[in-house]
Amino acid sequence: MIGPDDAVAALLWIPIVTAAVLAALPGYRLTARLNVLATLASFLFALSLFFVRPQPGAYLLIDDLNNVFIVLTTFVGFTTSVFSASYINHELEIGRLTPTHLRFYHAMYQVLMFAMNLALIANNIGLMWVAIELATLTTVMMVGIYRTHEALEAAWKYFILGSVGIALALFGTILVYMAARPVIGEGLDAMVWTILVAHAADFDPALLNVAFVFLLLGYGTKIGLAPLHAWLPDAHAEGPTPISAVLSGLLLNVALYALLRFKMLLAVNPLALAPGPLMVTLGLISLVFAALMLYRRRDIKRLFAYSSIEHMGIITFAFGMGGPLANFAGLLHMTMHSLTKSAIFYAVGHIAQVKGTQKIVDMGGLTVTNPVLGWGLVLGVVAIAGLPPLGIFMSEFLIVSSTFARQPLLAVPLVIGLLVGLGALFMRLNSIAFGEPRGERAPAQASFVPMFAHLALVLAAGIYLPPQLVVWLQNVARTLG
Amino acid sequence: MHNLSFDIAHMLAGGLVLVSFMQLYQDRLYALLNTFALHALVLALSVAWQAYIQNAPHLYVTAAIALVFKAIVIPVVLHRIIVRLGIHRAIEKVVGVGPAMLLGIGLVALSMVVMLRVTAEADPLAREDLAFALSVVLLGLLMMVTRRNAVSQVVGFMSLENGLVLAATGAKGMPLVVEFSIAFSILIAFIVIGIFLFRIRERFDSVDMQVLDRFRGERQ
Repeated sequence: MIGPDDAVAALLWIPIVTAAVLAALPGYRLTARLNVLATLASFLFALSLFFVRPQPGAYLLIDDLNNVFIVLTTFVGFTTSVFSASYINHELEIGRLTPTHLRFYHAMYQVLMFAMNLALIANNIGLMWVAIELATLTTVMMVGIYRTHEALEAAWKYFILGSVGIALALFGTILVYMAARPVIGEGLDAMVWTILVAHAADFDPALLNVAFVFLLLGYGTKIGLAPLHAWLPDAHAEGPTPISAVLSGLLLNVALYALLRFKMLLAVNPLALAPGPLMVTLGLISLVFAALMLYRRRDIKRLFAYSSIEHMGIITFAFGMGGPLANFAGLLHMTMHSLTKSAIFYAVGHIAQVKGTQKIVDMGGLTVTNPVLGWGLVLGVVAIAGLPPLGIFMSEFLIVSSTFARQPLLAVPLVIGLLVGLGALFMRLNSIAFGEPRGERAPAQASFVPMFAHLALVLAAGIYLPPQLVVWLQNVARTLG
Repeated sequence: MHNLSFDIAHMLAGGLVLVSFMQLYQDRLYALLNTFALHALVLALSVAWQAYIQNAPHLYVTAAIALVFKAIVIPVVLHRIIVRLGIHRAIEKVVGVGPAMLLGIGLVALSMVVMLRVTAEADPLAREDLAFALSVVLLGLLMMVTRRNAVSQVVGFMSLENGLVLAATGAKGMPLVVEFSIAFSILIAFIVIGIFLFRIRERFDSVDMQVLDRFRGERQ
């Protein structure tokens, strides 16, 4: 029987040891399988946290909130590694990746999983910052891995904007420490989140406010909130598709999680500013902006990158509204978006490989030429656009209805944004999936299991949510304030 | 507590802001790197002084890292890189010297107004340190947006990080974890940058970001 501390240790040790091993091992078959095995093991250990959980320490913490995030992260990490195995095989065959780069890619994949797990588990706000910085650096390297003009430019842009964001977040973290020091005293305790939240009511509210603004701008850059989103479409479009899936499905969530932790600090302090309106504003701007931008996209990966900005906007909006219902909807939407968006990227990755391009103009009639892939994409887009009976419909419905009940005026731009986004996605989907077949028609050598597994989960969640899960999410939603 | 130790800390932190201003108007890469070395040197002195007055020996480590890595190793390596890339002549600017300085003054005023107001209850040393640190951070940001050249953007980023180190050391008793991580992440960042510079050289024969910008966006 494994103890609770072992599971947490495993979540950190498995990826880091695997990364070292993968960096040393040559060959494709073995390493891809090892990558899958390691992520599967991480996922199983993450699941075990539902049942036994360690006491919070000075550095590590498992509670209801991050447990959800950890399980989601390790699950999508696992399915993406399965997708990545078949995707990377094709990239090696056509010579876009060399064996050396492959080793580097696999090692970086595990380092990224390590960094995300660490950011989620960290109880120390400094440690959390370090982990998010590490995750940023690894994804920068992955985005640039093809070493084309576009890939390097995307990586550079991501690196510069991401570093500026991360630097602002560190300044905010230092300010939180400054606010905590007079109350908690000097030293390590003043950076431990569980201790901070217990004493946050006595912190200097003005300092906390400024700290939150820096944290919102800093981590908001990583979440991809407009107008700080400029790196996101490039990074998604130019990197390997498994990385696009992990970026959209997981890394944006991790940054959002960091922001939520600090929002909880402010919620405890009655004199501090309410973080809600700031998050609502940024969320709405991102939603409406991204929905409009969706119309002009000509690159399929960029299209879905903008869709990620749109959905992160919706989620930030929901958490900004706050209250048990909106928080519940936000958590549900985040989970559904991660599953759906990564499924879409799995489909898009194979489509781009079949067609040999990412331009939407050169794709057409996919449901005729590659029926499984085409219909998979159709299902994914139907899900992401928020049509019933899929999971995103339910979470969007909850967000809209709770907004109508509390702030009807805010619901207007929200609904407009959602509808505009829906229109754009279907317009593009129509030309990609239906009509006259265009472009290459090679059969796809793809593994469809991860994609359909995700879509099945999203469909199942839209029809029936297990009551235990509902209770769990409601508990988490209450703690978010 | 207006005494000598406060005055010296104040002078060093203020000196850092001054050197940040000097960086703004350097239009040659060599001079820019030398100014950055000076920036790191002032930072090292400031951190060492904080270590002395706070009785916090671990801060000497941070000071040593600032001195060795940022004031010596990084400028030397960057010197070599720009010579190898053949770009050690003039650098272009997006904004002229005058507007850049005015913007800089505005940013410093902004950070003073913000930080001094919200930290009214903190002890004066940490308070002024934080205001100066924010100024250095904002000036670093300004430098990153007013430059086109990849190397000077990196220098802007590093001076921004110097501001963060100043803030972290000014916050009394801040755990070592953070300082160490800052130093460490700069190191990592530098490796990344190094790789990028070489790759950029390999692919573009230029580190002018405007050249990269041509490839931006949607390709038809």
